[in-house]
Amino acid sequence: MNASVSSSVTPIGAAVRRKEDHRFITGKGRYTDDLDRPGQTYAYFVRSPYAHARIRHIDPTAAKAMPGVVDVLTGADIAADGLGDLICGWMIHSKDGSPMKMGSHPALAKEKVRYVGDHVAVVIAETLNEAKDAALAVEVEYELLPAVADLATATDGEQIHDCAPRNTAFEWELGDKAATEAAFARAAKVTSIDIVNNRLAPNAIEPRAAIGEYDSGDEAFTLWTTSQNPHVARLVLSAFVGIAPENKLRVIAPDVGGGFGSKIFIYAEETVCAWASKKVGRPVKWTADRSEAFLSDAHGRDHITHAELAMDEAGHIIGFRIKTRANMGAYLSTFASSIPTYLYATLLSGQYAIPAIYCEVDAIYTTTAPVDAYRGAGRPEATFLLERIVEKAARERGEDPAEFRRRNFIKSFPHQTPVIMCYDAGDYVASLDKALEVADYKGFPARRAESERNGKLRGIGLSAYIEACGIAPSAAVGSLGAGVGLWESAEVRVNPTGNVEVLTGSHSHGQGHETTFAQLVSARLGIPIDQVSVVHGDTDKVQFGMGTYGSRSGAVGMSAIVKALDKVEAKAKKIAAHMLEASEGDIEFKDGRFTVAGTDRSLAFAEVALNAYVAHKFPTSEIEPGLKEGAFYDPTNFTFPAGCHICELEVDPETGVVEIKSFVAIDDFGEIINPMIVEGQVHGGIGQGIGQALMEGVTYDEDGQLVTGSYMDYTMPRAGDLPSFTVGMTQTRCPSNPLGIKGCGEAGAIGAPPAVINALTNALGTEDVPMPATPSRVWAIAQARASRLAAE
Amino acid sequence: MSEATTIVRVPVRLTVNGKSVSAEIDPRTLLVQFLRETLDLTGTHVGCDTSQCGACVVHLDGVAVKSCTVLAAQADGASVTTIEGLATGGKLHPMQEAFRENHGLQCGFCTPGMIMSAVDLVARFGPDLDEATIRENLDGNICRCTGYHNIVKSVAAGAAAMGSAEAPRAAE
Ligand code: FES
Ligand code: FES
Repeated sequence: MNASVSSSVTPIGAAVRRKEDHRFITGKGRYTDDLDRPGQTYAYFVRSPYAHARIRHIDPTAAKAMPGVVDVLTGADIAADGLGDLICGWMIHSKDGSPMKMGSHPALAKEKVRYVGDHVAVVIAETLNEAKDAALAVEVEYELLPAVADLATATDGEQIHDCAPRNTAFEWELGDKAATEAAFARAAKVTSIDIVNNRLAPNAIEPRAAIGEYDSGDEAFTLWTTSQNPHVARLVLSAFVGIAPENKLRVIAPDVGGGFGSKIFIYAEETVCAWASKKVGRPVKWTADRSEAFLSDAHGRDHITHAELAMDEAGHIIGFRIKTRANMGAYLSTFASSIPTYLYATLLSGQYAIPAIYCEVDAIYTTTAPVDAYRGAGRPEATFLLERIVEKAARERGEDPAEFRRRNFIKSFPHQTPVIMCYDAGDYVASLDKALEVADYKGFPARRAESERNGKLRGIGLSAYIEACGIAPSAAVGSLGAGVGLWESAEVRVNPTGNVEVLTGSHSHGQGHETTFAQLVSARLGIPIDQVSVVHGDTDKVQFGMGTYGSRSGAVGMSAIVKALDKVEAKAKKIAAHMLEASEGDIEFKDGRFTVAGTDRSLAFAEVALNAYVAHKFPTSEIEPGLKEGAFYDPTNFTFPAGCHICELEVDPETGVVEIKSFVAIDDFGEIINPMIVEGQVHGGIGQGIGQALMEGVTYDEDGQLVTGSYMDYTMPRAGDLPSFTVGMTQTRCPSNPLGIKGCGEAGAIGAPPAVINALTNALGTEDVPMPATPSRVWAIAQARASRLAAE
Repeated sequence: MSEATTIVRVPVRLTVNGKSVSAEIDPRTLLVQFLRETLDLTGTHVGCDTSQCGACVVHLDGVAVKSCTVLAAQADGASVTTIEGLATGGKLHPMQEAFRENHGLQCGFCTPGMIMSAVDLVARFGPDLDEATIRENLDGNICRCTGYHNIVKSVAAGAAAMGSAEAPRAAE
C-alpha cells in the first residue's frame, strides 16, 4: 500500500513517509497494555490519600480474604526481601561541598507517606475489578502530619525527610559570583523580574504500564514496561533495587505511546510488578488509569525565580544573576537533581554574549509528586526566564526587543559562556532576521491598529532560544555528577541476502526512528529503505543503550550507527577486494556498488554481503566471515540547536480569551535527515509550549491534595485551542558529530512559552502575566488595564 | 477464573467489523474492555478515565462513540467498527492513508481514535472541510505529540479523498 517512497534508496534530507505508521493506522501497534501473559494477574496500588503521614499500621487480612485476591504486599515485604530504594542517579553538591540529601524512597512506603498517591500496598488479584475492590479493604492507620504543599514556604514546613533539614535537598551555585557582583556595581541599568514557572503534568496519552514475569525454571525475570530507556531501567532495577542480576532481567519497552521525559524514570509500579511476579509465581500486570498518572507520573518545571539583568549605557548585557527555588516533590526522582542545575543554569547565557553570570538554585522537597524531566527539562525554565527578562529590559529601555537581542547576540564561534557550555556553531542573526520577515514584523503596527478598531488587544512577542542537546560527553557529565555515561550504541547486522537490521540503544516513542535510522542506512549502503529494519527496546536484543531523551537520538544515536556503518563498509571493501582481485585501496563504494577505481569492474552490496557469509572467496585466516559491526559513540560536545520563535496574538478584553493569530518558528537544527519528521517534532513541542503558557498547570491545595487530577481539571491543548504553525529552518552544521545534526525534539516546548507570554505582555501593557494565562487571569488583567487607562 | 462463578453474567451478541460475535460477560464490562480483552482488538485504546481523550473512539451503528463510556451490554444487537475494520479488502481507508501521507501521527496512541473521529466528521459535515470545522469538531480527541498541525492536514486530505473516491464508510 503506497510503497512508492519506501521501495527506493532514500537520500538524507528526503521527507520519507514513516515505516512504522502502517501498524499504528491499522490498530496493530503493540503497546504494553495490549500484551497479556498466560496466567496473568492484575495489580492495583493502595495509595496514600494524605500528603504527609506516618503509617502506624497496615492490615491486609480482610483484603486477602476477598474474592480473587492472590496476595497483598506492603513495604514490610519489600524490606524483608532486602530490596533497595529507588534512586536518583545524578549527584549534586551544595555550595558548601556537602552532597545532596537524598531521602529514602522505597517502592512501597514503610514508615511514612509523602504525597497523595504515594504507594502504600499492592493488591494482586485474578481480575482488575477484584484487585480494585480488595484495595478498598486494605486497612491503613495513618498519623497525619502537616502537608508541605507550597514551594515558597516549604523550608519552614514540617520536615519531610530525616536527612533533609529545612526540606532542602541541596543549595547549589554556578558561575562567578564576584565577577557578576562587579558587573552589577558598574551597570548603567538593571532590569529585574520575578517568575513562576508553572508545574506541568507530562500527559503522554498512553498511560504508564508494566507486566512482570518470573520464569522459575531459568530463575529469570522479564519486564515489559513503558520506558524511554529500557537498559537504564534494567541497570537501576539490578544494581540498585536488586530485583535480579542484569543477566537475569530482560526489560522490553515495546511500542510506547509518547514519553516527553515522564517514561525515563524508574518508578515504584514497574519495580513492584517485576518483584511481585516472583512472589506470586505468576505474571503481574499493571496499567495506570489517567487519575493515577496525574498523581504519580513525575511532573515537570515548578520554579520560583528572582533574576536581575545588568546593562551598560549602550544596552549591552554585562551581567545576569539568578536565584531559583526548584520544587523536587516528595522524593528525588531518577534524574531530578540534574534538571534545575546542569540542564538549567548552563543555558542561562542563551544566545547572548554575557560576560558574567551567577546562578543559585535551592532544591526543595514538598509533599507533592516527584518533579523530574519534562520535554526540554531545565532548558525551558532557563529560556523562559532569560527571554522574559531580555524582553522586559528592551521595553524598559524603550527599544525594539528584536534590536536589543541583535546587539547582544553571540556572533563568533566557538563561544565559551560563563556557565560551562562552549557553543560550537550557530547564526542567531540569521534565524532572527528570517523569523522577523516570515512573521511580517514590520507590518505589526498596522495589524495592531486594525485589532484595536475591533475592540481587541494585539501583541507580538519574540523568543530567541538555545538548548543543549545530544546529551552528552560521558566524561563531562561524569565530572558534573552523572552516575552514568551518555554515549549510545549501535549494531549493524547485514544478512546474507543483503538486507540489514540496525540495533540501537535509542528508543522510539513517536520520534520515527524506524524511518529516520533506516533512511540513514539506506542512503549509506545504497539499499532500499524497506530492506532495513530497526530493532530497539529489548535488552535481550540490543546489548546496551542509554535511551531517548534530551534530543539525543539523532546526534548521538545516529552517530553510533554511522560509526558501525563505517566498520561495515571497511570490512565489506576488504571482501570486495578479494572478490574483484584488486587491492583494497582501489575499491570505491558508491550508490550501493563496490568498484575497482577507474574500471567498470564492480559488485553490488548484496553480492558482497552474501560472500561475507559463504566465505568462499577470501582467506578466513585474515578476514572473519560474516558482516556485522557494532559501535559505541561518545559525543565530544553537547549540540546547540537554536532559533527564533515569534507569536502574534489577540486578546478579547471582554472575555479574556486569547487567540493566537500566528506562530512562526525558525530553527537551526543543523543537518536534517527527514524534514517531515523534524517539522512534526517542532509542531508537537510548540503545542506543549503554548499549553504551558495559556492552559496547563498542576495545582495542589494547601492540604497537598491534587486539584488538577483529571482532564476535567487539567486543561490539555485541544485542536481548537491551537493554530497551524509556520515552521522554517536556517542551517549551520554541527561540527561535533559526523552527521552535523543538532537535535530537534524539545525546541518547540522551549521556544514557545516566552514567545507567547512576551506577546501577551505586549498586548496587555504589563509585565505581570502569570502562566498559565487562562482566560480568567487575562480578563482580570485586561479589566485592570481598562480602568487604569480610564483613570489616566 | 476462580471466583468468577459468583458474578452475574449477561449475554451479548453484536457485529464487530462485519463478524458476528457473542459472549457472556460481566454486566460492568465496558465496550472498550470487551473489544480489547475479549476480542483482542487492541487497536482501540484507553487514555483516560473521564471520557475526555477520545483514544477509544469506535463507530457504533455508524456513529462515533467513546467506547470507554458505553457498556458492552448496551451495544447488544449493534454493529461496531473499530480501527482494525476500517481498511477493506487489504486496502487502507482514505483517512488512514491521509494520516500516513501527512504525518498525522507520532507515537500512534491517539491515532485510532483520531481516525475514527475523522471519518465520522466527514459523515457529518461532508468531504469539503475547512480548518476551523476540523479543529472545532476534533474537540473530543486529545493528542500530546503532534500539536494537531498535521492531524488537521490529514483530516482535510482524508476527507477530500473520501469525497473524490466516494469511498464507502468502511464495513458498517
Ligand atoms: S479512554 Fe479517554 S475518552 Fe475513552
Ligand atoms: S500521536 Fe501521540 S498522542 Fe497523538
